[in-house]
Amino acid sequence: MGVIDPGLRCKTCGGRMRSCPGHFGYIQLAKPVVHIMYANLIYDLIRSFCFNCGRILMAPEKAETWKAKIDQARKENNVDTLHIIQKSIFSLLKKNHKCHYCGSNIPELVIEKPTTFHEGERRIWPGELRERLEKIPDEDLQVVGIDPQCARPEWHILTMLLVPPITTRPSITLVTGERSEDDLTHKLSDIVRVNQRLMENIAAGAPEIIVEDLWDLLQYHLTTYFDNSVAQVPPARHKTNRPLKTLAQRLKGKEGRIRYNLAGKRVNFCARSVITPDSFMSVDEVGVPTAIAKELTIPERVTEWNIGALKEFIKNGNIYPGAGYVITLESKRKKITEDTKEQVLAELAPGWIVERNIINGDIALFNRQPSLHRMSLMAHKIKVLPSKTLRIHPAVIVPYNADFDGDEMNLHIPQTEEAIAEAEHLMLLDTQIVTPRYGLSVVGEREDVLVGLYNLTKDGAVFDKEDASEFLLASGIQQLPERSAKKGDKEVYSGKDIFSMFLPKGLNYTHEDMKIEDGRLASGTITKTHVGAEEGMLIHYIFTSCSPKIATNFMNQLNLLGLAVVRRYPYTMSMSDLDLSAKATEKIKEIITDGIKETRKIINQYKEGKILPIPGKTEKETREAMILSTLNKLRRPIGEIVEREAKEDNNIVLLTKVGQAGMLNLSQTSAFVGQQALRGKRIHKGYDKRVLPHFTKGDVSPKARGFITHGYGEGMDPIEMFFNSIVGRDSAMDTAMRTPKSGYMQRRLINALQDLRVNYDGTVRDSGHKIVQFTYGDDNIDVSKSDEGEVKVYGKGKSK
Amino acid sequence: MAKENQSDLENDWLKTELPEKTLSDIERFAKEHKLTSAQKEKLITDTKVKYEEMQITPGESVGIIAAQSLGEPGTQMTMRTHHFIGIAELNVTLGLPRIIEVLDLRKEPKTPFMMIYLKSPHGKTRESADKIANRIKQVSLGELAKEISLSMSEFSLSISFDKQELSMHSVSMEEIYESLQKSQKEFKVTKRADTINIEQKVRDIKKLYRLKERIKESVISGAKGITHVLVVERDGEHTIQTFGSNLKSVMQIDEVDETRTITNNIYEVADILGIEAARHVIISEIEKVLTEQGMPVDSRHVHLIGDLMCQTGTPESITRHGITSQKSSVLARASFEIPLKHLVDAAIIGEVDKLTSVVENIMINQPIFVGTGLPDLVVKMKGEKAKPAKLKPSEAQQSPAKQDVSLGKSKEVKEAQSEQSSDAPRAKGASELKIESEQ
Repeated sequence: MGVIDPGLRCKTCGGRMRSCPGHFGYIQLAKPVVHIMYANLIYDLIRSFCFNCGRILMAPEKAETWKAKIDQARKENNVDTLHIIQKSIFSLLKKNHKCHYCGSNIPELVIEKPTTFHEGERRIWPGELRERLEKIPDEDLQVVGIDPQCARPEWHILTMLLVPPITTRPSITLVTGERSEDDLTHKLSDIVRVNQRLMENIAAGAPEIIVEDLWDLLQYHLTTYFDNSVAQVPPARHKTNRPLKTLAQRLKGKEGRIRYNLAGKRVNFCARSVITPDSFMSVDEVGVPTAIAKELTIPERVTEWNIGALKEFIKNGNIYPGAGYVITLESKRKKITEDTKEQVLAELAPGWIVERNIINGDIALFNRQPSLHRMSLMAHKIKVLPSKTLRIHPAVIVPYNADFDGDEMNLHIPQTEEAIAEAEHLMLLDTQIVTPRYGLSVVGEREDVLVGLYNLTKDGAVFDKEDASEFLLASGIQQLPERSAKKGDKEVYSGKDIFSMFLPKGLNYTHEDMKIEDGRLASGTITKTHVGAEEGMLIHYIFTSCSPKIATNFMNQLNLLGLAVVRRYPYTMSMSDLDLSAKATEKIKEIITDGIKETRKIINQYKEGKILPIPGKTEKETREAMILSTLNKLRRPIGEIVEREAKEDNNIVLLTKVGQAGMLNLSQTSAFVGQQALRGKRIHKGYDKRVLPHFTKGDVSPKARGFITHGYGEGMDPIEMFFNSIVGRDSAMDTAMRTPKSGYMQRRLINALQDLRVNYDGTVRDSGHKIVQFTYGDDNIDVSKSDEGEVKVYGKGKSK
Repeated sequence: MAKENQSDLENDWLKTELPEKTLSDIERFAKEHKLTSAQKEKLITDTKVKYEEMQITPGESVGIIAAQSLGEPGTQMTMRTHHFIGIAELNVTLGLPRIIEVLDLRKEPKTPFMMIYLKSPHGKTRESADKIANRIKQVSLGELAKEISLSMSEFSLSISFDKQELSMHSVSMEEIYESLQKSQKEFKVTKRADTINIEQKVRDIKKLYRLKERIKESVISGAKGITHVLVVERDGEHTIQTFGSNLKSVMQIDEVDETRTITNNIYEVADILGIEAARHVIISEIEKVLTEQGMPVDSRHVHLIGDLMCQTGTPESITRHGITSQKSSVLARASFEIPLKHLVDAAIIGEVDKLTSVVENIMINQPIFVGTGLPDLVVKMKGEKAKPAKLKPSEAQQSPAKQDVSLGKSKEVKEAQSEQSSDAPRAKGASELKIESEQ
């Protein structure tokens, strides 16, 4: 039935392992057996047709109308309706108990799940079921939506079992030399064994009970052979008590054939490694370790123009950058070795294909899982680098949602010219800067670069010639700004002018207080809102009004510029950046005590029953809501004090200005953390009437319900830390529960929407060519080509 | 291809008229900057160029983009946000659970909610709004009655009422009496000044006791299902927000402005106002969650999902029972959930898979018909390589003199170009790739 060992020949066809696909066999069953997958259908059919004459239990005229319905649905290929009609016709037919043709009364048939049928007291064995099903004429089958060409009902009662070739169920040779058979083979041997016994018993004229018992056993083995997870049937087990993996188990589920091998496939020409950042590449590059580059190849066709270059690869052989194989005009693969090298070089002619190593500038697809959106797989240009990690520019970690705490990413090398061209034109990072989700840039500067740019473009920031030339040179510009000022006897350049050197010529743009006039930064300081990821308006503007290439180039230069500034004027932070003046600390204490006093008032009001309940709430709930809002309100005045206190040279404040940190982080660290809320309420669960045993029962004061008066900087007391941990744990739980839920939601969405596409006539249609939208989004705009999903009107500035 | 033909093709899908919003934006911009008419004309033409550049490309798999745009922020959304609207009022499920609820099309939302607007004079003052709100709120007999007493000796229930309470809910004794008489036919209902007596015809104390419990729950006035009402002032207008939803009854109230009143129960809206309104609710409910969570998602994606869910005229959920079950391809259905059932059922009916959608073609390693898999490029080849060398005979016949090769399958182009022998059988018919001839 096929070969699974190398070297052997198939006894059926004489082919070898590769050439013989395997051959099916069969087992002649001693008695007919119900096919478990069709047990329900058999039940429906028996009840819908006369046992005597086999006709449908329905008046001929009525049957005619049903058949018309079925035919209509079939013509429209409306499978869903076909199934629905079938269901309703069966439920209609089971109510009829008299045959319209021969007048027989139809006795009630009962199915005892999964495969036993009874008519009153009498057991109906599969043999009789089969006889009845055989009587049903083809025309009547069509009325219930069954195509007799595909599925004659008696076929659902098996008299013979198809046995798959051994290539489907190969046995494994263990290290010990033992042979271990596949689960299916085990099951098949069970079937053969029982079948044999049954046959012998019948031949020997054994008593009916023994035959029937064996018949049931055969039925059990066949049932579990098809599906080992049928309800009410104990799963067949291996010797080790592991349930066998039979046919249904092979197909089902995430690891089943359909989802694991058919809808998803394994690929060659890929690599995976840990990622590390490299700020000195271009954002559209990916750093590939030489070890990986040595393994990955691209087939390149020899032409008269590249033959010289390709010969170099062949000469190198297995030394990077080399080539491993060539493919001749006759599609023959030839390995390049020291011996064959000379000959291959001599024969090489246009039309051959050389499988050469990847080199700088080749296109690779770079991916990080989970691949939640299309920016999770983008094309980058390869840059071969030493060391063993894949390198990625820190500005593009946002679309991948990557960080460098051990994340790994995958690299794929497109192999055909068509694939390479598509990747380059449609997937290269340049083209993916603007997300189709909301039409803004998802790539942008971050961390140190932002600090550098902020310090550079701060109002009044000037730099001497030495600094200015260093910054510019580091970012690839060999020219000083035209405008300069005198400071003392030195020539100085303003930071804004240095920045302007990188702006596209003639650019006009205003965003909040930043103003760019004629390609010059006139006012404003560069922060995250302008060049950062997910909000970088300036980058987005350059992307839409100039070109993607210019935008990427702009980002590359800004990145180098920002780093150059930080290198020259580094920053750090110290504990003292968190210190507040004695006066401020005093003020904050006062605000907190006032807040607590206020809550005491509310509690007293509640105790005296004077509290005015908010409509729809009880007095207790009202008290809680009032306390919570009072305590939450304290954050604002305290935050203001902290902000006022912060001096210009405070480096944490610098971070908030740049956009890398929030004001809340600062005030929680240096002033106080505030009320911890759990699901919109103060923390109130724990012991009886109290959260922790440190409080008296019924204590509802702020402290007893998770109000933290200290800051992270000075440290919380044990109770406060406990409350803080409660909230922290809750949010960790929330994340853990959310990930699978949202993943499933996305899978369902993708499955429902994957066939929708825009057609040449502008309509959005599904795979059945049914129209979903007449014009995509009513205006035919591609969000990733738009300004935040709109056509924005800029006036003069917008023209190129 | 001839030149006119090409421009025809472009015009087919290219929208040349600017969207209304952009036109009004231009109008506003012109006014603000005091543009001359010539300048304005220039602005319009410039904007048109820009608009044309923004047009979507045919073949774009907008569905997947929409699914990703909604699924990706899903991972960042918080789960448990029972959000309070306004100060401290009704709480409504928001966040990821609500989006899932909308996509699942649950018959009854976890937190049914209505926003009721009143016609102009009634919404002006709090008092009048309060009055209507009280009428909308479901009032059960148990709440209304001062006392319900069960007499063991006489086998009867007597329900006494407080006149004041009754007038507050604008219910009369007469109404209660009539409704009880109608609903409790097995009992003898009699009415006295401020009590109603229910006498049992057949003496059965257990039954009577059950009746007492049941009668407490029976709704006397208001819209059934609306358990809480709240009057909220918004932009000088008093609106009623409710917990629980009953659009049909609420819309029948004269003072209610039925054009603006809305519920978050999609089925109710589909039943009463129709599919267009249901589509609108689906879209607005999803967008409400997204804005509340601060997740920017372009409305085109949400609209596409809404349109798909309402395509057939009845709302279809994004589950295995909804849209996926309607796919005509067996393999597409089997690849989602419960594959065996689909395969078995398909076998009985004798389904044919036309291989028109994405998954099936992935399964059999063929190009999919979205994106760059959609176009059939026709290339005119000249010179030496134009010989109809390695194409299959049927194709060669179609293009006798000049040879056309479909670029949609690059392999063939390469095969033809390199004049390699290619007898790899390809499922040509299945892909229905057209090879057009020039004539």
